[in-house]
Amino acid sequence: MDVAIEQLTRTFGGVRANDGITLQFAAGQIHGVLGENGAGKSTLMKVLAGFIRRDSGEIRLAGAPVELGTPAAAARAGIGMVHQEPLDVPAFTALENFLCGSDPVVFGDWRAARARLIEWNARLGFSVDPAERTGRMTVGQRQQLELMRLLTAGARLLILDEPTTGISAAQVDALFAALRQLAASGRTVLFVSHKLDEVAALCDTVSVLRAGRLQPPGQLAMPQPQAALLRAMFGEALAQPDAVATAQPAAAGAAVWHLDDATVRDGVLALERMTLTIPAGMAVGLAGLEGSGQQLMLRLLAGAVRPVSGRVMSGGRDLGGAGMAQARARGIEYLPADRLSAGLIGSFDLGEHLELLAPRRWWRDRVAARAAAGRAIATFDIRGTPATPLQALSGGNQQRAMLALMPDTLRGLLLDQPTRGLDVASARLVWQRIAERRRGGTAVVFASVDLDELLEHADALLVFVGGRVSRLIPRAQLDAPRLARLIGGIGFEEAR
Amino acid sequence: MSHPTHVPRWRAVPLAPLLALLAAPGFVTVLLWLSGTPVLATWQLMLSGWASTAATRADTLMLAAPLLLCAAGLTITFAAGLYNLGIEGQVTFGAIGCMAVMRAFPDWPTPLLWTMALAGAMLAGAIWAGAAALLRRYGRVSEIFAGLGLNFLATGCVLYLVAGPWKKSGSASITGTEPLARELWLPTFEGVRLAPVAPALGLLAIGVVWLVLARSRWGLEIRAVGINAAAAERLGVPAAQRMTAALAVCGALAGLAGGLQVLAVFHALVSNVSSGIGLLALLVVLLVDARPAWVLPVALTFAAFAISAFKLPLALQVDSSLGGVVQGALVLCALIARALVVRRT
Amino acid sequence: MDTTRLAIDLAAILAGGAPLVIAALGETISERAGVVNLSLDGKMLLAGMTGFAVGLHTGDVLLGFAAAALVGALVAAVLCLVSLRLRQSQTAVGFVLALLCTDLSSFLGNPYNRVSGVAVSHLPVPWLADIPWLGTVLFDHTPVIYLSMLLIPAAWWFLFRTRQGLVLRALGERPAAAFARGSAVVPLQAWYVVIGGALVGIAGAAYTLDLKQGWSYRHTAGIGWIALAIVIFGGWNPWRVALGCYLFGALQTLATRWQGAPPGILAEIPTQIYQLAPFALMILVLALVNGATNPAVARIAAGLPEPLRRPALWALGRLSVEAPAALGQSFVRP
Repeated sequence: MDVAIEQLTRTFGGVRANDGITLQFAAGQIHGVLGENGAGKSTLMKVLAGFIRRDSGEIRLAGAPVELGTPAAAARAGIGMVHQEPLDVPAFTALENFLCGSDPVVFGDWRAARARLIEWNARLGFSVDPAERTGRMTVGQRQQLELMRLLTAGARLLILDEPTTGISAAQVDALFAALRQLAASGRTVLFVSHKLDEVAALCDTVSVLRAGRLQPPGQLAMPQPQAALLRAMFGEALAQPDAVATAQPAAAGAAVWHLDDATVRDGVLALERMTLTIPAGMAVGLAGLEGSGQQLMLRLLAGAVRPVSGRVMSGGRDLGGAGMAQARARGIEYLPADRLSAGLIGSFDLGEHLELLAPRRWWRDRVAARAAAGRAIATFDIRGTPATPLQALSGGNQQRAMLALMPDTLRGLLLDQPTRGLDVASARLVWQRIAERRRGGTAVVFASVDLDELLEHADALLVFVGGRVSRLIPRAQLDAPRLARLIGGIGFEEAR
Repeated sequence: MSHPTHVPRWRAVPLAPLLALLAAPGFVTVLLWLSGTPVLATWQLMLSGWASTAATRADTLMLAAPLLLCAAGLTITFAAGLYNLGIEGQVTFGAIGCMAVMRAFPDWPTPLLWTMALAGAMLAGAIWAGAAALLRRYGRVSEIFAGLGLNFLATGCVLYLVAGPWKKSGSASITGTEPLARELWLPTFEGVRLAPVAPALGLLAIGVVWLVLARSRWGLEIRAVGINAAAAERLGVPAAQRMTAALAVCGALAGLAGGLQVLAVFHALVSNVSSGIGLLALLVVLLVDARPAWVLPVALTFAAFAISAFKLPLALQVDSSLGGVVQGALVLCALIARALVVRRT
Repeated sequence: MDTTRLAIDLAAILAGGAPLVIAALGETISERAGVVNLSLDGKMLLAGMTGFAVGLHTGDVLLGFAAAALVGALVAAVLCLVSLRLRQSQTAVGFVLALLCTDLSSFLGNPYNRVSGVAVSHLPVPWLADIPWLGTVLFDHTPVIYLSMLLIPAAWWFLFRTRQGLVLRALGERPAAAFARGSAVVPLQAWYVVIGGALVGIAGAAYTLDLKQGWSYRHTAGIGWIALAIVIFGGWNPWRVALGCYLFGALQTLATRWQGAPPGILAEIPTQIYQLAPFALMILVLALVNGATNPAVARIAAGLPEPLRRPALWALGRLSVEAPAALGQSFVRP
């Protein structure tokens, strides 16, 4: 099925996630869609799958304009999408998920469905046990299941969003073989990724998205030189070797964190046998695709999860699973990426937050809190008044408010996506404040998907790929292309 | 109750009840008309029945008092994000605690006895609420079902005491214990059943709760936990402890209400000592969206409706449950109106 | 105990549990679709009263049941409108509706208080009722009781063996997944909540037109709240929910039995306590069932010495239940 997209635009709260995209996908081929996180790939794909509505533009399938207002409409039009986090029901068995939402015409009964599932398994070389509970299957198996479900429903355009995240090499091979087979049978496959080598290995064409636009316009026929793709994804500056090293050299302070052969697990993610020391004043960047284990690492360092084996020490004491309140008492601050749902009390203003952090007293001192809030607003350049509920602030101002709430004495600072959704000025201010803390001896660990940010602000990096982690790599040994390759899994084994 | 998107307060408060005030009486009027009840006469009695005599005015205040106490407590649990449906049992247990002290120390000087009895009532109510908190924290039973179960259990305890150890001598009745000696009743104004201590304590409670929630560090922490427990924990507030404390304080206030029912209203431990006051207080607090400043007028209004409704059967042969219908319709319409107001802004 | 007596007791438990089974299964359907309908008790009263009144005026029992089902469905529709569409808390709306419907039933039902009316007639199943023992237990009842017994496998079959049931459960487990599979999430949820409401309405009429024939103030004596607890105890599974209902009924039967106990410690306790005991016991069982899912409890069980450890873990596994993952959360499309 040929797909044509014409001048498609979709905005989220003023940000143009897709900005006038015009693109064609020919039937019977595998098309790569490349771009770094936040470039607008997922938005484009979700519009195609009927998940989100477009603001303007047109979509034509096999020449005919279509309205894809709901996933039901998209399914009727023959479009199916495998989401990065498979959208299935974990409490169901594989067979139940396979059947759920299927057209009554397709299956006479459950036994027929089971036979069909086994048949698909054999044809595509997959390994899904119909009786297994989906929540206990690996991400790779869940993707396989979704793929087979969509095929049974008659999907002729298959969209796979970052399908290789968190799945094993063998599963990647099986997936690729299956996708080639499906393309050969006349279906259109859109392969959304971030990993250059996979796109190179699999795709017939590639389109590169950057900040919501196609860069360059239209499709590129594969193969393409890696350098050209990197330049398209990350821009000119990054494609040149490391011009100025702006990061400060690590101060050789006392250890703030020490991991002693620590292993931590969460679902399919397992960070194994990590031994490393993060001294005072050092900034460590956690690089990798989203959800590759960076958050697990941050939560480990914040005392929120207990290691399966080994220890995580801070200030001479075991921090493992001690709880965030305990870690906070030991001078460790954690700023989550989702500021409103995990970091701040939405309908409280800055003054009320400061009161929560003030030394305990019976009665509130609102005058003093308002004054302190006023000072913080001036110091951190927050656009709001001391009485503005924090949920009414923009993302950048919420992040500044979180920084304003950090205690004066801080040994360790953990940040998840510190500048996500922030404009340039806000991002710069955030990093100025963090730099001040570092000069005061605070160790900083931050997860980011922005390569510029990682290279600019980290003294050393840990690279995460699919739940595995590299050794601590000094900044001096990295430039942007190498980091991009590492994140894409190229040369990752040597860095472990 | 946590509202992820709280609208500016000045817009949300007056408009929502206004819309509800129009919709709810409309519903009740249609109901009266359909059921063949004299519409005008019924409304007239519902609105003015409470004020007809000095006795009914006194009764209104004596009903408003425990209502205020319970609503004050529920304001705290709602601020902490909890639905304390166990409040009926907490009132009941407060009454038991009060009666236990009264029976145990008959020789104490009366003022001391009253003070200790009411303290016992608060303690008993807090313990009963604490049981719900424990079930929630360790048994993972939602406070709604834990509370409901404990309500049944508390009623069972009263029945046991009334029919067993505290049985009226020479009677198999299970309606209540032997009445307290006349000099142990809380003093009333001449000629009416109004014991000024009760409404005074109710007013004091709602005032203190308002003050605590608005002005104290503890109140601030309670509200933070109610809005976002995870974020509050990150900011160093022990969320589980605060929830337990909120339930215990609510239980203490409900227990006080139960104690006053014994000392000032029934003058005995009777089997249905709470008589739905806790549930009515829940309606009050839902109507005002747990804003303490609005509790007083709404509690007084609801008490007035209830007292007026008691006159319905004799005057018009209409069932007194109409009072509950009016109250419930008001709250339901307020919920709808609030949603519509939030939508528009 | 002689077997005839046992058969009569079992038959009594099956009959007495019928309204509870119907109501709890209605709520199970609603909660499996992700919506808590706390208004159950009030809804049952209002529907029971309406069913009785309609039956009395028309002389037709079936019309009475139809009216009751309609009332239950209407109250459920109000809940859907205010919670799913206007996005108010399901708990708050359900609670208010419970109280409102209770008072409405008292107000509107005043003329029918302790009036004699129509009732479902006894209908032994031909042939089957003559089977010794088993016939007495299973096949010598009113049609309502057969309905309650048939509803258990039917609800189970619908939830766990049909395509629509699969989608229904997906609504409660992960509405986003149901949405991705082409379901209109909120209208579909509303539909199932209304069906559940209709069943609860029928349960109300089962009291007034069959089991406790007639209408009186607060006729159900709080049984609706117990139905809510039993749904949790039953782990949202029709068989186990029904088992919970019958256990509760058995407890009540036992309680009345003890009332007549010979003088001694048991006779000292007033009868009302016996009637209340099952309610309190139900909550303790609930704590046990929910506590079994608590990881801390599992850790304690795993730490027990060997002869105890295995049975303890087995018991925990059998007892623990898992709520539909998205229960009580209203869905917003992305």
